[in-house]
This record gives sequence, structure tokens and C-alpha cells, in this order.
Amino acid sequence: MAAPMIRMDLEQLKHILELVREHNLAEFEIEQEGLRLKVRRDSGSAGMSAAGAPAAVAGLLAAPAAAAPPTPVPESTAAEEEGIELAVVKSPIVGTFYRSPEPGAPAFVEVGTKVKKGQVLCIIEAMKLMNEIDSEYEGEIVNIYVENGQPVQYGERLFAILTT
Amino acid sequence: MFKKILIANRGEVALRIIYACRELGIKTVAVYSEADENSLHVRFADEDVRIGPPRSADSYLNVPQVISAAEITGADAIHPGYGFLSESAYLAEVCEACHIKFIGPTPQVIRLMGDKARARRVMKKAGVPVLPGSDGPVESEEKALKIAKEIGYPVIVKATAGGGGRGMRVVRTPGELPHAVKTAQREAEAAFGVGDVYLEKYIESPRHIEFQILGDHHGNVVHLGERECSIQRRHQKLVEESPSPALGRKMRRKMGAVVIDAARAVQYTNAGTFEFLMDPEGRFYFMEVNTRLQVEHPVTEMVTGIDIVKEQIRIAAGERLSVRQSDVSFTGHAIECRINAEDPETFVPSPGVIEVFSVPGGPGVRLETFAHSDCVVSPYYDSLIAKIITHGRDRQEAIARMRRTLEMTVVEGIKTTIPLHLRIINDPDFVEGKLSTAFMDRFLSRPAGNRLAEAS
Repeated sequence: MAAPMIRMDLEQLKHILELVREHNLAEFEIEQEGLRLKVRRDSGSAGMSAAGAPAAVAGLLAAPAAAAPPTPVPESTAAEEEGIELAVVKSPIVGTFYRSPEPGAPAFVEVGTKVKKGQVLCIIEAMKLMNEIDSEYEGEIVNIYVENGQPVQYGERLFAILTT
Repeated sequence: MFKKILIANRGEVALRIIYACRELGIKTVAVYSEADENSLHVRFADEDVRIGPPRSADSYLNVPQVISAAEITGADAIHPGYGFLSESAYLAEVCEACHIKFIGPTPQVIRLMGDKARARRVMKKAGVPVLPGSDGPVESEEKALKIAKEIGYPVIVKATAGGGGRGMRVVRTPGELPHAVKTAQREAEAAFGVGDVYLEKYIESPRHIEFQILGDHHGNVVHLGERECSIQRRHQKLVEESPSPALGRKMRRKMGAVVIDAARAVQYTNAGTFEFLMDPEGRFYFMEVNTRLQVEHPVTEMVTGIDIVKEQIRIAAGERLSVRQSDVSFTGHAIECRINAEDPETFVPSPGVIEVFSVPGGPGVRLETFAHSDCVVSPYYDSLIAKIITHGRDRQEAIARMRRTLEMTVVEGIKTTIPLHLRIINDPDFVEGKLSTAFMDRFLSRPAGNRLAEAS
């Protein structure tokens, strides 16, 4: 369920709804840059609640790129049924996010890159200083939440790492 | 004029700056800590940037975060409000280096006024009356007696390294002086490790009177009259008003001219406040200059009709003052009560959720607040939740309007100092304008019977 998604299309939405039904989940919520999806089922009813589906669509339509999530996400989300740990690297400072050491150079990491603790993930420029952001985790990059060159706020999510 | 201003503050002053920017057609950027995610200043600013965790030192006081927020949003100026970074010469300097306009005086002036001893010397040289004193430590009893005779009793013996009332002795007769000097030296030595003491004239029950000034970058300086802020508890102002009941037109003009000369002498720009003690004989003594907007600025705005925040923004943008001294006139009387989220008897802070918040309006009532029904008063920041300002044709009408506003204000869920304010403005001395910084000590030491009688 915690599989990464950079874009979400109708196919993926259908897939999620199927999974929710298949695993008999009462509630499911996913949040990523510019998108928040919440699916809820009425208890005792096999179908999706009437309120759930339009809310999901509304969530898809509203895509404020810089909107902050209303509640802080936990540092790591446990997907217990699958026994995996998803760690989220958040920005410790306000600044501009860069994925590579200089323009034109290859990115520090891509989705799928295996990273070690202390490995540089990105640069955040603040007050003309280039601050390297190191990984606190060992694992595989499964999501990059921010586009190169975009401003980031304090506590904004940068990477998801599937820890090993 | 600026296109976008970042507001490096929170609470009611952040909203106050948003009001001014909206009126001037300037976009705003709010910065906020994790504790203020749902605050009104975040909601009503055009853009917002989260800059850190709840602790002020990591968010609202964090210069790199504030500057970065201005850079990523493309803000061309920063308004620091009051408190937090408002008197930070460092922020003003970093702004200069980053080509962002700091809405306030120059870093040099902020730094000068932040050094109380230097400020005193500069002001004395510029012709501002300062408290007579020993101008340095006194080493011997003989020297202390000689100086005390010159400046006149009562005098106060203070530790040069002092603070918080320790190492301080008030002396009323020459006979008490040698003992007081020795005791103060011993206390200072024990408390601060430095036994140096100095003498200063002691003012019994002074009034706190301050003058608001505005200066532009073209050499124009005006004063907007005075505010009286004598109702204080532990140096925290509770009630402020303008004009002072103790000042006449002649004295206002005289002191106004003194502060304008002093401001010119240090090339003061933007808004500033010159604070004085006034003794019972009406003599003024300089205390300090606050190089920022003040909490109590609305009372001046009410009587002069001048929007101080908009003037600050125009001045920072390089415009000329919109008024000359001859355009400044004073209409009626204004009073401000600072409503804190505190127990009105014990002053213990009372953070929590405000369930109901309702302040009636009506003629001559102005409200400055971030509060609303269902809002959270965070334990991380100061306890000021609202300022109620009333304006009337005269002091009596301003007090009557304040009384009925406080009586009809409903705040549920937390404790507030509204009951205390009601007692203060109903006090006979207050009503007669007999104010001094000793007012609250006397008021609070009175038996509780008076309070119970009023509560029933």
C-alpha cells in the first residue's frame, strides 16, 4: 500500500479503490506533493461511501503545489502488513531545493538509488549558502517529493526512503 | 513602492501589518512556526512560509530562516513588528547585504540605542535631559556623599552590573548613605561578582511618558505627541493613553522639539519612541529609545489620525513623510487596554482553546487581535491576546467607552485580565488621572475586600 507514486492517474485511483476493497480497509489516506486522497468506507457496507468518492475527486483536482500539509507527517510510516519501513526525509531549513551539485550535473540520487547513511541527497540553498542534506537512513529512494529548483519550507518532505 | 512585504512576526501585530499592506496594495508573506499553522496571519497573508518548530529561537528569532523565506518568495522588504527581531541590528544588517529593505531604523541607530550607556551620553550631548548621576562607579563614601549632595536626595545606589532589583538601595538622607553604599557593594559582589556601584537621582512615583516620532530619509522628522504608560506591572505596560492627563500643550511642544532635535542628531529614520520618566514637578528624564513600532501605537493613531505602520512602509520605500509638524493635530483622547491570557488575580498564564470570543464594537472602539472563537492560545509565546482601544471626545468619554466594551466582552475557555482592567479603569485615582509607575503596586497591595465588593 505504501508503494510510491509520483503521479496519480485514473488507473491508479481505480487500483487504490480495488485494494481498499480487497483488504477490507475502513479508511485509507495518502498524501504527496500537491495531492491528498482520502477514502473511507461505511462500516457494514460493502460499497464506497457516497461522501468518500467525491472527496477523493476533489482532492485530485485541487493541486496547490506549495500548500503545506495541514498536519505534520510522522518521520517513518510503518506498513505493517508488508513489514517494510518508509522513512521520510524532511527539510531542516527554508530555502531552494537542488537535486544536483551544479546546473547540468547528474542528480545526487534518483528514484531507485540505494543510499547509505551520511550520503548527500540534495542541496538546499539558503542565504547564498549551499547546504548539503545527508541521508539519516540506509535504503532505497522510492519517492522525490520536490522538483529541482523549487522553494521548500521548514519540515517539507523531500524524499521517501524504503529502509533496509 | 514595495511589491511584497514579509512580516517577521505573529499574532495581532502581524495582522496589523497585513491591514496596512492591503490598504497600500502590497502583497504579504507570513512566516510561521509549527505552532501557528492555523493562525489568522497565515490565513490572510498572500503567501506563507513555515520557518521552524514552535520554539521562538528556532523560528521567529531565526534570522537565516526569515531571510531565506524572503528570498524564496521574492519579498522586497521585511517588517519586523515588535518583540522578536524588531530591535535586531543584525537582521537589519543582513537585510542590507541581501538587498531587502528592513522597515525600521538603520543598523547603526539600532545598535547605538541598544547600548543604554552610549545612548545616554549621546542624548545628553544632544540636549535631552537625563537623570543626574555619578557618570561612573563611586569608590569611596566621601565621593558618594559629595555626589549625592550635588544631585540632591533621594538618590538610588545601583550596581553597574546590576539588574532585577538586586544591588539597589534608595537613600533619603546623608546619614543612610555610607551604609547603603557598603550593602549595595556587598550585594553586587555576591550577585554579579563585581562590586562597583553608582549613584543616580531617585524619582519617587514617576510617570512614564513617551514621545512617538517619525523620520524619513530626506531629513524630515515629526513627533506625534506623547503616550502615558504609567500603569505597569513589573515593567510590563497594561494600560496606555494619549494624550497624558499630566501634559499641557506648552510642555508637549517643548518636549516634542527636544526629541526632534535628538532624533536629527543621530540621523534617526523610520518610527521610534523616546521614553522618559516625569517627576511630580513635571521635569523629564530620558530613559531609552525604542527603535521599532510599539504595542501601544494605536492610541497615537487614534488621536492623530496618522497610520504609523503605513508611514513606516512609505519611509522605508524612500518616500517623504506624508505630514509636516504643522499638519499634526490631536483630537480627543484614546486609551488602550492590553488583554492577556492570564489569571487576573495571580497573573499565571492561561493558555488553551478560546471557545467563545466576542468584543462589541460601537462608536470609538478599535480592536487589534488574532483571537476568534475556537482558536488556540499557544503556551510558546507571550500572553497578549487582544488590544482594545477606545477613542472619545475627552478622557472621560474614552474611559466610559472602555468600561462598556470590557463589560460586554465575552471570552470563554481561558482566563483573561479583563476583570483586572475593569478594576483599574474604575479606580478613583485612575479616573482622576493621578497616575504613576507606583500605581499597580499600591493597587494590588490593597485588601481583597474591595475586589469582592465589585465582583458581587
